[in-house]
This record gives sequence, structure tokens and C-alpha cells, in this order.
Amino acid sequence: MYYWLSQLREAPVSAWIGIVLIGFFSILAIFAPLIAPFPEIAVVGPQYHAWAAPHYLGTDGLGRDVMSRLIFGARNTVGIALATTILAFLLGGITGLLAATLGGWFDMISSRIVDILMAIPSLIFALMILTITGTSVLSLILVIAVLDSTRVYRLSRAVAQDILTMDYIEVARMRGEGLPWLIRREVLPNAAAPLIAEFGLRFCFVFLFISALSFLGLGLQPPTADWGSMVRESAKLISFANFSTWQTATFGLAPLLPAGAIALLTVAVNLVVDWVLHISSGLKE
Amino acid sequence: MQPILKIILSRLMMGLLTLLIVTVVIFSAVELLPGDIATETLGQSATPETLAAFRSKFNLDQPVHVRYGLWLAGAVQGDFGVSLSNQRPIAELIQSRAGNTFFLAGYAAAIAVPLAILLGLVAALYRNSAFDRMISGTTLVAISFPEFFVAYILILIFSVTLGWFPSLADVDGSAPLPERLYRTFLPALTMTLIVMAHMMRMTRAAIINLLASPYIEMAELKGIKRWRVIAVHALPNAMAPIITVVALNLAYLIVGVVLVEVVFVYPGLGQLLVDAVSNRDVTVVQAACLIFAATYILLNMAADILSIIANPKLLHPR
Repeated sequence: MYYWLSQLREAPVSAWIGIVLIGFFSILAIFAPLIAPFPEIAVVGPQYHAWAAPHYLGTDGLGRDVMSRLIFGARNTVGIALATTILAFLLGGITGLLAATLGGWFDMISSRIVDILMAIPSLIFALMILTITGTSVLSLILVIAVLDSTRVYRLSRAVAQDILTMDYIEVARMRGEGLPWLIRREVLPNAAAPLIAEFGLRFCFVFLFISALSFLGLGLQPPTADWGSMVRESAKLISFANFSTWQTATFGLAPLLPAGAIALLTVAVNLVVDWVLHISSGLKE
Repeated sequence: MQPILKIILSRLMMGLLTLLIVTVVIFSAVELLPGDIATETLGQSATPETLAAFRSKFNLDQPVHVRYGLWLAGAVQGDFGVSLSNQRPIAELIQSRAGNTFFLAGYAAAIAVPLAILLGLVAALYRNSAFDRMISGTTLVAISFPEFFVAYILILIFSVTLGWFPSLADVDGSAPLPERLYRTFLPALTMTLIVMAHMMRMTRAAIINLLASPYIEMAELKGIKRWRVIAVHALPNAMAPIITVVALNLAYLIVGVVLVEVVFVYPGLGQLLVDAVSNRDVTVVQAACLIFAATYILLNMAADILSIIANPKLLHPR
């Protein structure tokens, strides 16, 4: 903990930008009902209200306040992406560690299943499964978590296999330590840094994936506020954009706001991941 | 037999085996569908006779493995059965759309691949310059920005503000080629921007890796110009990783096309797939997934095999 705090003081500007942005989005997500000026799904004004008080970012096609929906969108999209990533990590991480430590048939079978899952592009696979299960939040989380856990499995298995050849593992085994002890006390602490960086990258991937599905109309369903579906709903407006006046210029910006929020958060996480990778690789400038 | 042929053959077999397993996975998707397809299509009021007739017409009365065999045999010949929602043959729906999708992906690849390799070479030549740092920066942007964000920015700039290109690419194979290229320029540009950064970075890394080797130093000591050292001496040896990353990105292109097609309302396979998923038209989803997955697997296999061929150490075994 102390180590990370001391590293934080020396963190480059890019990492700080990332941390501040992530903090900003987290506050929006956690305190959404307190910050948002209007409710998430209530019609509060005329359709397509211009960017003026009290709707500072206008209203959408149903008269809902765009700024409030962006704030609630942070909560919904990021929350679901986070839950999916955690699930994918638990699933992929545990099976990967087990495959490396147990070896044998368990390793064989799980590796072949992962090979097959990874042979199909994940967007295509997800679309196929969602056709069967229908698009509910739960099936969305489960499908993406399973598809994404394959990468976590590969990484944690590779990292653990590297660690398992070390002498201290041999010593622990000769001491007669059991499997849970080996994983928890010897493997996990040494595998933490690459796994943390991977968590950031996976989160970005899942987040973009869910946004893409929502944009296609197959992710989070209305009236839930969500950045991907907000892009989809306001996409038509872009052809009415005209930069001669401020009023018409906002039409062009309507789909760019939620899309930009997605991009900004992903950039922020990537900046932090770059920094974590840099520290854990032990490289100095 | 030459060892390299043996390796290539084994990769080929592995690829085909993967493809076969994937067809099993895709086929079982329909089996997992809750409910009975015949009752669902014909409605609750259907008589037992019409249900039986429907089942025998679509071989639903056969056991699973027989149906899989029939489906696979049909798919190989381009016959994917009929759409569940409108009873039209899927081959009809798919034929022109698959052509459109491959056209768009090929168009994007034709811009992206040469440009990425060229810019990667320049970045390696002037490394640590402002240009090089800019290229590193664009990689971050390219992996972070969702496809539709890039697409809408391009639409806003080139279509709405400047009016140079149409924002909708609703053009099919019957249009003349120049018009087709013009109208699909923005979608192709979107995909180019997304896949280029990775290829650029890999080209740069592969070249820079080689620059430390003694034979490059020798070439430099002989007084050969720097661009010539890179293009003539370093590039051929950097080919293997570059080819691999190009093929992998082409595979990504085939999948990324789904989102881009929806943004630009391009009549391609991706658009069809998305519509079929929202209508829960499983047979169409199956066919589209099969085409996407097969292309993806074949490109990955090609990447594998090409990188073996491009590796001179394997061509001349001791």
C-alpha cells in the first residue's frame, strides 16, 4: 500500500489525468440521483429542446433531459461493465490458476474449450447467444463474462505456470502445503501486477463491447439510460447539424456527447493501465 | 516430406478442425432454442397434420446428427435453408450482402495496409521524433474510441460540415465502381482509422527490433542511406511479424464491419445479422455467424501459415 502511495507521487501527468477522470466518472455514477437535475426516465420538457437552462444539454426525442440521462448512463453502463469484468475475472482467473496448478485432464479440457470459444469472434458469438437468450441485463452480463473470461484464463494460466517453476514453489510443495495455500500465498501475490493491468484492459474491452451492443439495440434496453443506446437514439439528429448558429450546431453534438463519454472513460482507464504496467515491469525512464 | 510442408499441413488441418467444431457450436444454437420451431412458426392453431408436414419439409423429424449433416452439406453448397421470419431462402438474402461486406472490408484493407506499413517505416526511421510520438498517441485513441464515435465524427466533418461525402452508404453491387468507392469512402475510412494504429505500431516495433542486429550496423557502416537500410535490409526480415499482424487485423476488420455498417446503413451482412438478432430469426443468424466465423478462422489460419512461410529459418532446415 505504502509502495503504491509513493509511486503515486511520482506518477506522470498522463496517469494523473486518467485517475482524475476515473474519479470524476465514479462520483457521477455513485451519486447519480443526487447530482442529476432531473429523473432518469421522466419526460420533463418539450422534444429536442435546445441547449439552454434548465436543460443545459437539451432534451432528447421524448423530452427527457440529456444531461441527467448522461449522468445516470454513467451509473448503468459503467456498473454493468464493472460487474461483468469482475465476474469474468473470477471465472477466468480461478479456472486459469487451477489449470496451471492442477495440470492434467483439467488443464487439457479447459484449454480446449477456451480455444474453441476464442476461435469465434466474440461480437458474433455474443450476437448468436443473445438471439437465443433474449436481451436481458442478466444474460448480457453472463454471456459477455463467459466470452471475456477466456482471455483472463489464458493470461492467468500463463502467469501461474511461470511462477510454478520457481524454487519457492518447490519448497512450499515439499513442506507439504495444500493447493489453496499454494494459490493464495505463493501464486496470487506474484501474479497480482499483470492481473491488475489486465483488469483495466478487460474493463475497457467489456465497456466498449456493451456500448457497442447497446448501440446496435441489443444491449441495455430502453428506457434505461445508457451511453450506447443514447448514441443510437440521437444518431438521426446529426444530419440536421449546421454550424452557422449555436442552436443547430448542438444537433451534431447530440450523438457525440455519449459516444465521447465512452471514449473519454476508456482513454482514462488506458492511461492508468499504462502507468501500472510501467511500474510492474520495473522499468525506469 | 519437407518439414515446412508438414507444419503447414498440420496448421491447415487444425484450422479446418476448428472450423468444423465451430459449425457444431453454431448448429447447436438452434437446438438450444426453447420451444418447438414448427408450433412457433405456424401458430397455436395449426393442425397436427400441417405441423407434421412442416416438420418433414424442414427435416425437423430427423434426429439431431442427421439434421446437422444436412445443414452442413447445404451450407457448404451455399444453401442455408429458409428464414424463420419470412420463409424466404437465406441464400437469396445473403448473397449480395456478403459481397457488399467483403467489398467494404477489402476497400478498407486496401487503404489501411499499405498506409500502415509506410507510416510504420517512417516512424521507425524517425523514432523518438514528434511524428513517432504522434503515432504512439493515435494507437491509444484507436483502441479507446468506439467505432461509432469515430464514424460520427467523420460524418460530422466530411458529410455534414464540408459536404464532400454522403453520410449514408446505401449503395449495392449494381452501382458503377467509382460511385461505389465514393459512397463507401467514409465507412472504409472509419475502419481504416481503427485497424491502422495497431499495424503501424507492430511494423515500427518489428523494424526497431532488427535495427540493433549486427548486419544492420554493417550496412550503416558501409554508408548506405538510412531509408535504404530500413526498406531493403530490415523490412524483408521484419515481414513475418508484420504479415501476422496484418492478417489478424483483417480478421478484426471482418467483425468491426458490423458496427460500421449499421452507422452508415450499408446493406451488408452485419446489418442483416443485427436485424436478424432483434427479430430472433435464428436460421439467418446461424448463416451470418457461420460466414463471419469462417472468414475469421480462415484469416487467422492464413496469418499462421504466412508467418511460417515468411520465416527463412524454417525454409532451410539444417
